[in-house]
Parts: sequence; C-alpha cells; structure tokens
Amino acid sequence: MTDAPVLQIRNLSKAFGPVKALSGVQLELRRGEVHALCGENGAGKSTLMNMIGGVLQPDEGEILIDGQPVTVTSPATAQKLGIALVHQEIALCQDATVAENICMAAINARRAPLMNYGEVYAQAEKAMKQLAPIPVRTKVADLSISSQQLVEIAKALTLDCKVLILDEPTAALTETEAQRLFSIVRDLKVRGISVIYISHRMAEIFSLCDRVTVFRDGRYVATEAIASTSPDDVVRKMVGREITQLYPDKLASDAASGRTLLSVNDLSDGSRFANVDLDLKAGEILGIGGLIGAGRSEIAQTICGLRQASSGSVALDGKPLTIRSYADAVQAGLVYLSEDRKGSGVFLDLSIAANVSALDLGKLTGRFGLLDRRAEADQAASLAKRLGVRMAGIDAPVSTLSGGNQQKVAIAKQLSVSPKVIIMDEPTRGIDVGAKVEIHRLLRDLANQGVGIIVISSELPELIGLCDRVLVVREGAIAGELGAGQLDEEAIIMLASGVQPTPAHQGQVNHV
Amino acid sequence: MSRAGETVMHADIKATGPSRSSFARLASMREAGLIVIILALCIAMSFASPHFLTWGNFRAMLMSFSIEGIVVVGMTILLIVGGIDLSVGSVVCFSMVVSGALFLMGLDPWTASLIGIAVSALIGAVMGFFVTVVGLNHFITSLAAMVIVRGLCLVITKGTPLSLFTLPPEFKAIGQGSFQGIPYVIIIFVVVVAIFDFLLRRATAFRKVFYTGSNEKAAQFSGIKTNQVKFWVTVLCATLSGVAGVIYMARFGAATPTFGAGMELNIIAAAVIGGASLKGGSGTIFGAILGIALLSVVTSSLILLDISVYWQDMIKGCILLAAVSADHFLHAKKS
Repeated sequence: MTDAPVLQIRNLSKAFGPVKALSGVQLELRRGEVHALCGENGAGKSTLMNMIGGVLQPDEGEILIDGQPVTVTSPATAQKLGIALVHQEIALCQDATVAENICMAAINARRAPLMNYGEVYAQAEKAMKQLAPIPVRTKVADLSISSQQLVEIAKALTLDCKVLILDEPTAALTETEAQRLFSIVRDLKVRGISVIYISHRMAEIFSLCDRVTVFRDGRYVATEAIASTSPDDVVRKMVGREITQLYPDKLASDAASGRTLLSVNDLSDGSRFANVDLDLKAGEILGIGGLIGAGRSEIAQTICGLRQASSGSVALDGKPLTIRSYADAVQAGLVYLSEDRKGSGVFLDLSIAANVSALDLGKLTGRFGLLDRRAEADQAASLAKRLGVRMAGIDAPVSTLSGGNQQKVAIAKQLSVSPKVIIMDEPTRGIDVGAKVEIHRLLRDLANQGVGIIVISSELPELIGLCDRVLVVREGAIAGELGAGQLDEEAIIMLASGVQPTPAHQGQVNHV
Repeated sequence: MSRAGETVMHADIKATGPSRSSFARLASMREAGLIVIILALCIAMSFASPHFLTWGNFRAMLMSFSIEGIVVVGMTILLIVGGIDLSVGSVVCFSMVVSGALFLMGLDPWTASLIGIAVSALIGAVMGFFVTVVGLNHFITSLAAMVIVRGLCLVITKGTPLSLFTLPPEFKAIGQGSFQGIPYVIIIFVVVVAIFDFLLRRATAFRKVFYTGSNEKAAQFSGIKTNQVKFWVTVLCATLSGVAGVIYMARFGAATPTFGAGMELNIIAAAVIGGASLKGGSGTIFGAILGIALLSVVTSSLILLDISVYWQDMIKGCILLAAVSADHFLHAKKS
C-alpha cells in the first residue's frame, strides 16, 4: 500500500449558465480511506460526484486517478477507471429482477448473443449475500425502498472498483441495515477500496469515516481528520455560522400536564398494526420511533382516515371522531404530512400558492363555485412569510425551491387549515442542517401555541432533541414509551429492535 | 378568443418559471408562439393565394375546426387530469348514429339528440368505471371503447349511412344556419370554449383536476377524491364528444357509421401542440384551440396551394413533432 492518493480533484469548477455550482474545489482520497463529504444542500456535493462519475463535464480543473490526469467522459468511462457511484435516488429497473439489475454492467458489456442466466444469478447471489438475504430472482418493484437501496449498493460492489461513492446511503435504511452497511464499508476499507461517503448524519460520519471534507456554497472549506475535529465544528463549517442551539427548548416539565388533545384507543387496521393506544396533549411534541416498516406511518395514516381502521376509536378534544376520509380529518383539525415529499407531499409543477391552498379549497371558494384567487394569494403570501420560505414569489412552481423550502411549503399547506393536531412523517428527511433547525423551531413554536404535534422520525437525534416524549413502535404495536428523562439512543434502539444491542452494533455515537 | 392578458393569468395555476414576470412569459410563450406562427402563415398565404384572405375562406376554416374544437376542450381537460381518450371519434359517430336512428324511428330530433348526448355520457361513465373502480389505465380503456363503440355504430346502421334529409330545417340550422352572418356552429364553439376556459382557470372543481393530474398521490393526501375527479372528467370528455356528434348530424344531414375515424389523433395533436402534457397537470383550453386552429390553417393552405391531399397527414405529423420538440427543449432549458 502506498500513500499516493487514489483520487485527486484539483481546482474543479462547474457553472450552469450564470450559476456557479462549484468554483475551484479540491478533494484528496487516499487508498483504503473512508472520506466523508459534507455540505448543505446546494453546496455542490452532487455536482462534484456527477463529474467524478462522468455524468457532467467540468469547466475547469482536473481529476487525477493514481496521479494520472483523466477525463471522465461518461459513466461507462468512470466504471472502467474503477469508480462506482451509488446515487441517493434509486435508479433501478423496477420491472427487472434483482440479479438483472446487479449484473447490468456485465450484461451490457457481454458479447455473446444470448444471456447466461445461471451466471447472472450466481454473480448477483455472491454480491447480494454480503449485504442482505434478498432473493435475486425477485422483481425490484416488489422490494421495499430500503431493500432497493441495498440492491443499488450490491450493484456497485460487483464493479471491480477502486473508488466507491455513496450518496446518502442510509437515508432509507433501517438501523440494522445501516449497521450492516457500515461493516461492509469497513470491510471494503480493509480491502484497499476508498469510499467517498456523503451524509448529513454526523453520528455516522464520526463512527465510520477517517477524514471529512466540507463544502459550502460551491466552495471548498476544509479537510479535517475525524480524530481531530468534532460534529459541532463540522456543522459550523457547513453552515458558515455558529448554530448555538440545534434543537429548540423543550416543554417546561410542569406544563406537560395540559389537556389531552388527541386520544387513540385500541386502534387496529387488521393487517399492519393492532391495539394502538396513544394520547397527545396540547402543546406537546410526541415522537414516534421504530424501524422502517414497523407500522409507524400506517398508524398515523389510519388515525387521519387515509387508511381504513378495522377497530378502535379516535377522539379529538374529547369528542369522538368519525372519520370516513382524510377530508373529514382535515375538517376536524387533524392533518398529516407525508414522509414522501416529492411523491405525495407537494405538487412540484404547480405554484406555491396552489400548493398551499390544496388542503381546503372550500374556504377559498366564493359564489358559483369560483376560486377567490386574491384570498388564495394572500394566504400563501402570509404563510410563506411566517415560515420563511425562500422563493421568487408565490407564483413560482415548487420545483424551483430547495428541498427544505419545498418542505416548508408542504407545512404551510397543513397550517392553512389552522389544525389542532399535526402529524408529521419524517419532517426533515433529506433537508440540510439550516432548514432543519428552522423547521424544528417552527414545530416548537406551534406547540407553544397549543397545537399538538406528532413527529415520526427514523433519526434518533431528532427524536431525542426535539420531542417531549417518544413512543416506539415495533412490529405493529407500541413497544414502549420514553419520557423526558429516559430519552437516549440506546433505549430507543432497544425498544425498536426488541433485543439488547450487542457491543459490536454500537458504533461511537455522537449526538448532534 | 385571443386574449393575451388572460394567457398570463393561466400562470397562476400552471406556473412554469422562477419568478412572476419570467414564468408568466414562459407560460404564455406557448400561446404567444402559436399566435405568431398562425399569423405568419396567414400573411404568407395571403401573398401565395388570392383566395386565402377572404371572409369565405376564414369562415370555412373556422367552420372546419369549430365542431372538433368542442371535442378538443374535453380532451384537454382529460389530458390535464392525466388521462387520454382514444374513443372520441367513435363516440362522436355514436352520438350521431343513435340520434339519427331515433329520429328515423319517429322521435323528434331534439329529444333524439338529447338521448344521443346522454348515451355518449354513459359511455364516458363506463370508461370512468373501468379506470377508477377496476383500475385500468385511460389508454387501454379508451382504446377498447374506441373499437367497441365503432362496432356499435356499424351494428345500429348495418353498415350503411343513415340519410337524414328529412330533419326539420330549424334543427338543421344548428349546423347550417347563421345568425347575423355568423354560423351557429361558430357561436356554439365560442361559447363552449369561453365557458370552459373560464371554469378551468377559476372554478374550484377544475382546480382539483390540476391537482390530480399534477400528483395524484399528493392530491389524495390533500383530501381530494381523485377517483371522483377522474371519473367526472372522463364523462365530461365523452359528453362533449356527444354534443359534437349531434352538431355534425345537423350539419351533414346524415349519419355515417365510419365518420370520425382517426379524429382522436387530430384532437390529441391539437391539445398537445397547445401545451397540454401527456403526463398531466398542465394545459390550457386557449392553447389547445390555437393548436387546432394551426392544424386547420395548414390544411387550408395545402388545399389552396394545390398540394396533394396525400401529403397532408405527413405535414401535420411533422408539425406535431416540431411543436412537442420545441416544448421539450424549452422545458429542458428551464430546469
């Protein structure tokens, strides 16, 4: 093993029209190193990865592999150079089998006129086995998102790569799957493969990586050894300002005995969960933790009438609710924000104003069933201002906004009906640190005004930092409740998995 | 119809750019671009042919797309909701054949026409049922309906055209008469277009069409009953086809069982040239009408220039391809 860098980026720049996405950035990746790349959304991480992966061409600067300058003209060239890129967004052929997806590059390069399925399955089996027991003859469309993510990673592993780029690989993974991925990354490292690891999660970066490079606004900020820096320091470099307090103050303990706003009794849906009881007090932020697939979203959606309940009851403000559809729930003051922002949260190609008013058109409808567009514009403008949505105007389509601002628009939609209870499913998934802090503050402000808030989250620091109380769901049932004094990562993981975590599963955990 | 100020207002719903001024410009670009192309074509033709710039020719052109224009309105709304209807040509014919047959059986033509329109709506309802309850997609459902309904037309007429010269003159006037020199056909067309253009921009019910077409899941998560929306839009499109069929019957004084074959392609092309997206979520009535006007001006020009009728389809197809490519290019540049 030499100490010569496997990959070197020198003075790389890229502009899209007048927008400079990257200006003169650098990065150095050593052999067998796990190198974290951090930066807020829009910092230029993806642009850089796309240039290394051959998707985009740089305007200036050079890319060196093993000290030799190279031009990466296409993704195929990148593969030949030994660079494998796992995108954050899943790019698999949904109708093909796992094996066909994993071996796509090999099939593409194959000269023989006929397919050799035996070989394809064997090879895919070999790659998949290291990660998770996913049958390789399954159609990708039949897998959960987290399994699909694992298939993406397995696909990259089959390429004989020197450099593996992982872009937010754990965003859709459960805690156990993430742990398995970490051990694979450590294994790759031993085999001399270098990994660029893009993530927003400080705990992961600090337990897995050797060095960290921070970008901000398309510029290089610093590279530090993990051993000689701290999460706070990295966050500070990312946002370029001091974030004094990541999470807002919690509810004062004496105020926690407010009136019960929402109470759910013995709720079941007949398939995914059973006998769920929960109470939410006015002014409280209640967290719901648990593994992906444990039934958290299903419970929330059933409470709101987005799914059918088989038994049980829901009462709001002491009054029993009969909810036949989500529209009934909205009328009663109970709203739900979906975890899948682009898929079911916002209308990307419609304007901000049209997005905000989608939940209650009746309120904006005047005589003859016509929409009062002045009222619509006023409502959107005032909510956008209140939430600090950074936008060109309320007529701009939501697709022009950053992820964090899109999420604010989705929240504005919920607030437009002045809800009593808001249920938020993964409210800050894929959002940069700055916007995350703003959304957390907003939720706390709403709670202080007496709104009841339920936050479903897979991010343990968020549950611990933001919520007053956390319920953990395991296999469709409430596994336990953790009050203010009992909130820590280990307790949540224990309840979520139902087993005592072994020391091997416990990385160095840092709360952010 | 060409109200430039109103095209800017479409932008409120169908925003397409980063700021009010620039997205309004971009949104209206499709309509403005079409108007420019149509005007340029008209000016060029006025030099090429002395017959082009006459009231007679314009009237003929307007007449030629007025009835189809009514179907275009329904198709555009259906495209916005994310659907498509390949059966419109067959339904136009069915409405015509049913009304004609009922008239020949002794029913008065007005009642016969209402029944014709009602059965067209019923076909829409059946398609809506298969799309929303059974869960098939619009393309396949309407493809099947296109063939089935055409078959019904042949069954009812036994394959021979119904001669309806006995229709009373006050009924034929719908298709042949005029008021102060303006044909009723054109008046009906303008009224239908004006009503639906206005409703699509302003009515709450039609806003739900945009939500559903833009992101059906997000619409459901906003409490919108998207299946209801899709059902009624499907019914609306078929109903407007039925209306067009009755007007055709009054105009021709006959009901031919093969009438309207291939019409759906012209109609979809017009809506798409006018800016409707096959993915749903965007489109305007005004744009779609400009689209069909453009196709009509081209057809008329080709005839006046004595270009063989065999070339017409090829040229229309090229225009469709050019319009969609231009739009794709503009969208790609924006994002």
